[in-house]
Amino acid sequence: METKSKDNTLQPMSFFKEIPQDQHLNGKASAISHRLTLRDHLGSFKARWSIGRMRYTVTPGIYALGTPNSESMVMVTSNYKMSVDRLRSALPGIDCWILVLDTKGINVWCAAGKGTFGTEELLNRIRLTGLGRIVSHRRLILPQLSAPGVAAHEVKKSSGFSVRYGPIKAKDIIPFINAGLKATPEMRLKTFHLWERIVLIPVELVTALKWFLLIMAAFIIVEGFSGPETFWTNALTNGLFAAFALMGALAAGAVMTPILLPWIPGRPFSVKGALSGVFVFFLLLTYRGVDLITWPGRMEMAGWLFMISAVSAFLGMNFTGASTYTSLSGVKKEMKWAIPIEISATAIGLFLWLGSKWIR
Amino acid sequence: MENLIYLKNVVTLSLDDEKCIGCGMCLIVCPHAVFALNNGHADILDRDRCMECGACAKNCPAEAITVQAGVGCAAAVINTALGKKEGSCCCVIEPQGKPTRCTDPGGNPVRSGCC
Repeated sequence: METKSKDNTLQPMSFFKEIPQDQHLNGKASAISHRLTLRDHLGSFKARWSIGRMRYTVTPGIYALGTPNSESMVMVTSNYKMSVDRLRSALPGIDCWILVLDTKGINVWCAAGKGTFGTEELLNRIRLTGLGRIVSHRRLILPQLSAPGVAAHEVKKSSGFSVRYGPIKAKDIIPFINAGLKATPEMRLKTFHLWERIVLIPVELVTALKWFLLIMAAFIIVEGFSGPETFWTNALTNGLFAAFALMGALAAGAVMTPILLPWIPGRPFSVKGALSGVFVFFLLLTYRGVDLITWPGRMEMAGWLFMISAVSAFLGMNFTGASTYTSLSGVKKEMKWAIPIEISATAIGLFLWLGSKWIR
Repeated sequence: MENLIYLKNVVTLSLDDEKCIGCGMCLIVCPHAVFALNNGHADILDRDRCMECGACAKNCPAEAITVQAGVGCAAAVINTALGKKEGSCCCVIEPQGKPTRCTDPGGNPVRSGCC
């Protein structure tokens, strides 16, 4: 019964083995359960840490949640497994159909932005699953965040199915249903609360860390060769400080900026990132003990101030992609001045840092 | 209330009053409450809250709304500028059987941003 292949792709039947396939469905759909297993939770956790995230998928098609009949509601979602899990676990006791679109394993909002969760795929999936024969009504419930990709009036025109946009969050679906398929204004607002930002940090961190390990190694080697002592002594003192400083820049841009986003002054994300970087720089300064008496000391510290704030600014700027309220026009405008500043600040910082080794 | 407004006066959103039929679809799909309905016509309440997702324009049956829709993602802008084919964030499926990593269609690692 288990059909889990060696990647994370879930075949329709691997969801819940205790429900025999086609029990009440005459071969039309696969049955899935409302309840999430430990493996579902573990899978979400791994995806958040970027482990197998792009292969965390569900086979597109029509699924039966509980024991739906021809009058039951049809909910539409993407084939990112976390999207399907969120939906089915938010519908306890509800018998309905779940139409899973082929969004290449991407979540609803991103897929809608790309157009893969779109009018064309929806019409295609309605046709392929024979939805018109499974249900007698002609109503679909779509997540509100799929609206950037789906034109409700075109779906109606081409398929006869009318689209009703549900709430943004899966947890609001039951209240939405109970209110006669009406969402409150709050349900229609995309928030970006603390926890919503925190869950996005691991992916940012893991992606950036790959680069940071290489850069840290390079800094440690340079410090090893440039100090007054033997290579290893230098590497383990100055070198480790450099590595520590770089980790500080990473923490400032990819952890502190997302967490403190609403409270850090400045609208551009690179400004928020740079300010976090400056803050972390002063923490480092107190940690190391201030050497602002000698010129090499001053130069080195100035170098770090430039490098940490520039790198943190860049990482902060990259968080625009994860945020829920930045416009493309705004990001382009910000990048037009932020990128040149970030590159020159990094170059100046590197120059000062190397210079401090040279004149020592 | 958290301050969640991005840059001012950059958004490309516009609404044609003449064409608007007042169906209210834009109020339903907008995730940032940019629109309001007044006397049977939609109004732009606060343009700076708009993130240019394009949901309103896509779902306007009267084609009264225009916006240069896109994903506000720095990594995507960089990828596009570098001439990579898939210019939108990490939202790219990697080839089956490859190690877990965000890649562009050329197989190069891509910084993740959205999703």
